[in-house]
Amino acid sequence: MVDFRSRADRIFDRINVALLVVVLVATLYPVYFVVIASVSSPTLVSAGHVYLWPEGFNVEGYTYILRDRRIMIGYRNSLIYAVGQTIISLVLTIPAAYALSRRDMRWRGLIMFYFVFTLYFTGGIIPFYVVVLKLGLKDSIWSLMLPNAVNVFNLIIARTFFQSNIPDELLESAQLDGCTNTRFFVSIVLPVGQAIIAIVVLFNVVQNWNAFFHALLFINDQAKYPLQLVLRRMLILNQLLSGGGEGLEALSPEEIQRRQLLADLLRYGTIVVAIAPLMILYPFIQRHFVKGIMVGSIKG
Amino acid sequence: MRVQTDDTGAVGELHRPSAAEKIHETVRYLLRSWELYAFVLPAIIHVLLFRYLPIYGLRIAFTDGFSLRSGRSAPEWNEFAHFIRFFNSAYFIPVIRNTIVISLYSLATWPIPLALALMINEARSRFFKKSVQMVTYAPHFISTVVVVSIMYFFLSPRIGVVNSIIRLLGGEAIFFMASPTWGPSLFVLSELWQNAGFNAIIFLAALSAVDPSLREAAFCDGANKLQIIWHVEIPWIMPTIVILFIMRLGQLLTIGFEKVLLMQNDLNVSTLEVVATYTYRSGILQSQYDYATAVGLLETVVNFAILVAANRLARRVGQTSLW
Repeated sequence: MVDFRSRADRIFDRINVALLVVVLVATLYPVYFVVIASVSSPTLVSAGHVYLWPEGFNVEGYTYILRDRRIMIGYRNSLIYAVGQTIISLVLTIPAAYALSRRDMRWRGLIMFYFVFTLYFTGGIIPFYVVVLKLGLKDSIWSLMLPNAVNVFNLIIARTFFQSNIPDELLESAQLDGCTNTRFFVSIVLPVGQAIIAIVVLFNVVQNWNAFFHALLFINDQAKYPLQLVLRRMLILNQLLSGGGEGLEALSPEEIQRRQLLADLLRYGTIVVAIAPLMILYPFIQRHFVKGIMVGSIKG
Repeated sequence: MRVQTDDTGAVGELHRPSAAEKIHETVRYLLRSWELYAFVLPAIIHVLLFRYLPIYGLRIAFTDGFSLRSGRSAPEWNEFAHFIRFFNSAYFIPVIRNTIVISLYSLATWPIPLALALMINEARSRFFKKSVQMVTYAPHFISTVVVVSIMYFFLSPRIGVVNSIIRLLGGEAIFFMASPTWGPSLFVLSELWQNAGFNAIIFLAALSAVDPSLREAAFCDGANKLQIIWHVEIPWIMPTIVILFIMRLGQLLTIGFEKVLLMQNDLNVSTLEVVATYTYRSGILQSQYDYATAVGLLETVVNFAILVAANRLARRVGQTSLW
């Protein structure tokens, strides 16, 4: 094959590839480091001997983590919240998106404006907090599943999808046969819309899985903590070892250091456990996200 | 609206429908299409409750003595007392300064996803291209809590890799996560790490639509790659760039609040306290609901004003606009 590239373009390509490799490494390395540190000897990690591969391989951290009930409860809660929120969200969003995709629906511009306006103007945190409290949702698991159930961005992408994937002729012929809107929605729109429903599900699940702020606002009961709030306590507020730091003064310096190293090890492992599900699913769901963003960007 | 053919069979005569006819026609329409409205109604009610009710709740920013228990405050207008209190408080200047610094700093990095998209688009190997995309999107899916804790480790003066390297090079270890000087930079850089790849998606999509014949024509005229990027590709995707930029401007002051909150500690709070975190602190933690609502409202109004202004500007300059 003949290379038609000019000298300047060849240099350009080399620099471009080099820069992209730097981006690649900079993106991957922090996560990679956490993974290798989680199976290395904490002494070697803290001494700065671990860079490229695990040193003093051990899985001690994970045996502790998998026995820690708080993480398991967080996992379970987050799963419940993600599933619950997603179901509510679908029920509210998909039919609405379909109706708003119908060109023959009157006042749909007005209704659309009603939704889109909330993207640009909000009441802010405090009035939102007051409303949720007044609805009696404080410390209720519903506070994590209801308030964000309608996501206007998802509504827009689902609407755009229906608009371009359900031909008017199909609706017209169905109507001639006396098909009601509800029947049409159930037997035509839902099956055709599977792709967009999958995207909305993914957006919801990921968003819900990673959310922590609403739980921070509304949930006091630790038994209801979602995973992210558990992680915040364990990783950021440094409350890793069950029992906390009581009686720490009574311990010898060596013991304190030993505990500190163990705590480091556990934190690395906890991060890995926390991001593992999404990272495993990621290669399979990545495509759908990109598709979703594309659909959404057509008009939105 | 469809032309109605009625029983009287009046054809040819174009008559304006009377009010009664209009109502009649609307009723018939609704009888036929009521289901569509039933489909939207739950979502409308939801948004009314969780989005519009809080907007209505903004009124407590203008009154005194709000009580959470009764949900009421004094009926009379307090002459902007909460706003004035914020302007006169010791927090005002640092909070506004931090918000502006971090906002502008973030805005300055806005073109980086665009640059990344252009770079990915130029990669010749399909496999390499796909790998870079796959990897750079990934951090978007990691939660803020985890990202911040990775930062704590990675930058720790005791066990962090970055400081190991600094020490190896003979420098002094820096406690980045407790440093007011480093706070804003770490915030902006970590946002880039997390979102640059994901934000590049839309640009990449726009780039894939560039007419290949234009590229070829420019190539035949002896343009090199940089010239093609500058004179063909960027003008082609300009509408996308403008729209995204307006949307970004509309959120100028909306700083990744969750991350700032997680990054804050007693040592770096002096540069990381922004309007949103201050609202949270004074409103939720100190229960000054009406005062915090006023502070939050300022941010919303400024954001909204910038959005409207940017949109107007874009419409005048480039014939593209959000609405």
